[in-house]
Amino acid sequence: MLTAPHLNYALLAPILIVLGGALVGVLAEAFLSKALRAKAQLPIALITLAAAFVQLIRIRNERSIIAAVTSVSIDGAGIFLQGTVLVLAFIGILLIADTDNFTAQASAIPGSTEENLSIQAGKQQSEVFPLTLFAISGMMLFPIATDLITLFVALEVLSLPLYLLAGLSRRRRLLSQEAALKYFLLGAYSSAFFLFGAAFLYGFSGSLSLYGIADAIHGSGGNDLFLLIGLLFLSVGLLFKVGAVPFHSWTPDVYQGAPTPITGFMAACTKVAAFGATLRIFYVAFYAAQWSWKPIIATIAVLTMAFGAIAALAQRDVKRTLAYSSITHAGFLLLGVMALSKSGLSASLFYLVAYGFATLGAFGIVTLVRDSAGEVTDINRWVGLGKKSPLVASAFALFLLSFGGVPLTSGFIGKFSIFSAAYESGNIYLVVVGVLSSAIALFFYLRIVLMMFFAEPTSDTVSVIIPSALTRIAITICAAMTLLLGVFPSFLLDITKTFAGFLS
Amino acid sequence: MSILTALELIPLIGAFIVGFLPNSSSKLIKQVSIAISLLVTAVSILMAVRFDSATPGFQFVESRAWIPSFNINYAVGVDGIALVLILLTTILVPIVFLAGWNESEGGRWSVKTFYVLLLVLESMMIGVFAATDVFLFYVIFEAMLVPVYFLIGGYGVGERAAAAIKFLLYSLFGGLLMLAAVIGIYIISTNQGGGTFDVTGLSKLTIDHPTQNWLFLGFFIAFAIKAPLWPFHTWLPSAAKSATAGTSTLLLGVLDKVGTYGMIRFCMTLFPDATKTFTPVIITLAVISILYGAFLAIGQKDINSLIAFTSISHFGFITLGIFAMTSQGLTGATFYMVNHGFSTAALFLTAGWMVHRRKSATISDFGGLQRVTPILAWSFFIAGMSALALPGLSSFVSEFLVLVGSFTKYPVAAIFGTFGIVLAALYVLIVVQRALHGEAKPGNEALSDLNLREKIAIAPVILILVVAGFFPKPIINLINPATATVMSHAGVSDPIAKAGK
Repeated sequence: MLTAPHLNYALLAPILIVLGGALVGVLAEAFLSKALRAKAQLPIALITLAAAFVQLIRIRNERSIIAAVTSVSIDGAGIFLQGTVLVLAFIGILLIADTDNFTAQASAIPGSTEENLSIQAGKQQSEVFPLTLFAISGMMLFPIATDLITLFVALEVLSLPLYLLAGLSRRRRLLSQEAALKYFLLGAYSSAFFLFGAAFLYGFSGSLSLYGIADAIHGSGGNDLFLLIGLLFLSVGLLFKVGAVPFHSWTPDVYQGAPTPITGFMAACTKVAAFGATLRIFYVAFYAAQWSWKPIIATIAVLTMAFGAIAALAQRDVKRTLAYSSITHAGFLLLGVMALSKSGLSASLFYLVAYGFATLGAFGIVTLVRDSAGEVTDINRWVGLGKKSPLVASAFALFLLSFGGVPLTSGFIGKFSIFSAAYESGNIYLVVVGVLSSAIALFFYLRIVLMMFFAEPTSDTVSVIIPSALTRIAITICAAMTLLLGVFPSFLLDITKTFAGFLS
Repeated sequence: MSILTALELIPLIGAFIVGFLPNSSSKLIKQVSIAISLLVTAVSILMAVRFDSATPGFQFVESRAWIPSFNINYAVGVDGIALVLILLTTILVPIVFLAGWNESEGGRWSVKTFYVLLLVLESMMIGVFAATDVFLFYVIFEAMLVPVYFLIGGYGVGERAAAAIKFLLYSLFGGLLMLAAVIGIYIISTNQGGGTFDVTGLSKLTIDHPTQNWLFLGFFIAFAIKAPLWPFHTWLPSAAKSATAGTSTLLLGVLDKVGTYGMIRFCMTLFPDATKTFTPVIITLAVISILYGAFLAIGQKDINSLIAFTSISHFGFITLGIFAMTSQGLTGATFYMVNHGFSTAALFLTAGWMVHRRKSATISDFGGLQRVTPILAWSFFIAGMSALALPGLSSFVSEFLVLVGSFTKYPVAAIFGTFGIVLAALYVLIVVQRALHGEAKPGNEALSDLNLREKIAIAPVILILVVAGFFPKPIINLINPATATVMSHAGVSDPIAKAGK
């Protein structure tokens, strides 16, 4: 006879609240009138995220690996990562709230009469909110999942809505749909790799749990070949999600094609979730097998840091440049995985927060720079922006300097702590490569600053639209956090230090 | 609160005040800025008076926790070396403000932005010399580049954007190498019980030789780019050519001193063994800088590039003096930093006025200025004499000390360095002859001489050059105890002549 598993609902509540909010959103989309729908979706999403965050704060000191049998682990790092996802998603939703960026009717074929009719009728579907909430629930489950099946489910729950969201752009719809399809196909491949790896790890250890795998590695009774194959393929799935070289090729296309607020949300939150899970898997399950994966991950980290920086040099599109920059940052974050220490974990947590805010802010600004045909992402047309709208250009410069790791911005403290952790763990050569890649990366960040400030606006220069109040709030928060974490990072460093720990 | 913190805060608060002044009243903005910078000067002189040169170690120290998780502190303090450089900064800033009254007008942005940037820069320049926490030093060292970047790119002339980005990229690249070294030494201190960034604490670490060499290089390359030393100098001429006279003055007069200051404060103090290992290489680079800078200066057609190349030569002398590691060499080098600051200021400012009047920076466009604008010509002449270290001017004292100090240990280098003096006479006299002497060239007949504002700006610089030339003792006395401490830290002593020699 089967007994129902015991679930600790209080500890799972943050995820459940988000899932519940998403369902309410679906119902609202189905049953509310057009006018009400447009008004209701945003508050539903924001209240859901706020409620989930409050619940998370209430359980912040709980530690348990049996909240849902042994499928999830409620621990310091897990709670911190969930909180980070919620905060960044909240800001992301503020950007997404500008529904002008999304297609009126996603199901219509681009350019079809049906589409034109729905635009003329002023219809605007708002399924983007519930979809985002579903993705967020997956992102919250991914970093706390402790068995391979839950990990896979979380991975799919976070990815499937993102595939759809990537295709929702109002303008340049074909590009957007191409991006969605690419993301979906490559994502499906990577999921397959993940499952394949999971199967081998089960074959190796006879367990799907991360703890079981760790025990099996300690016991050294299993077949090491199975372990290696499993580890390798599982890593491919994870590295795909974080956008590490050589599994990065989807990043620029998807970042470019997706609606910009979605790109921002995806770039910030997916990275948090995916790195959260990656850190947990390597710190908890594969810790004892360092000898086998460290050289591989180190090579990938080197390639990722260097390739991202070098490839970005040739870009002419702001969104693609930011995509390559995100690849470089994934490389830096891999140093945190390599460190395998408490300081490495806490540095990674800090880095994710700093990077998340700067990324959301940067993409938020990209939504503002437009001409009559929509957003302008060609860098050459950003020339002279500093003269036209000094505030927007200064904020963008701030985010770029933070990506570049210039002191007094959050990016510098992040880089400093993650490099310190890497140095401490003896990976000095990785620090050197990291430093050199930063130098290259700085070149293209500064090139954009240079174009914005030191060149005269040309006649076809774009204009900056007056941002909606929500977008303005979002960008202001991001800019303030970027500065605050650069000048007075102590409070967050203390928090990450307290929360940096996986239960094992 | 230490007086040093006050010194850093006054310009910063001043920048805020200026930031809230109306954009249209540019005269008020300038007056307020000058008043603030004069207040800073007054406070810094007060500090110098209260400074006790008999006490070794840092004075006016203050330390507050900044980022406790990494044991990073806001820690400041000055010894004699830092003190004279802070004085150099605080005295030059009001002079630059006064001399460059109109510099801010032709910029890409408003007059206000120019003064806000300069005041922020002043605060950072004081901070960088006052920092006794390596992390704090690094942060200011890097952050300082941002205002300079905007000053060059926003208010310069010619290829200003390219010059600005070249400057920034070179400096940031050096800075990143230094970051790796800063992290390295922090981790070593963590492993030896208690991670710290305090420069005194770090100097007590025991670091094995290979590691020390790498860390030394991380710091040294950053400083050599900043200083700039051949072959890391290539950003300098373009920056000097494009920046306004005031920005160039601060860039070469003060900012670049952070490089040579860092060599003393960090390279020598933290990595004494590595310093000894690399000394022959560095001395060679210094000598090459002296001769290379001087040779190229002779061939320059642009007056600002000429000054830039003479500076490369002079930084060669400073580096030579530092790495000779004798008390005369080190004291001479520190004194040289101060003198070079003032003499470059005199050169850039007078050259700036010449360029502003003639609307050309090409040396051959000038000629006969002595007849048309005698006071301007005399000022430039004195500045030039200071650059060639004429006895009676302060640069002579320091150049002499450097050469004597290095001759005792590295006679060959000192002899080659002496050629630099000969070349200096050549490049200065050539430009003096072409620009100042002879008949007034076409286009120069109607140039106006210095006005009262400009006279007031240049007078204190010339006064300092002359007074310190005849009476260098007070400054030397400030520097001497500090250099003695540095040398004892580094474990070197002056060579003693063998018996019978």
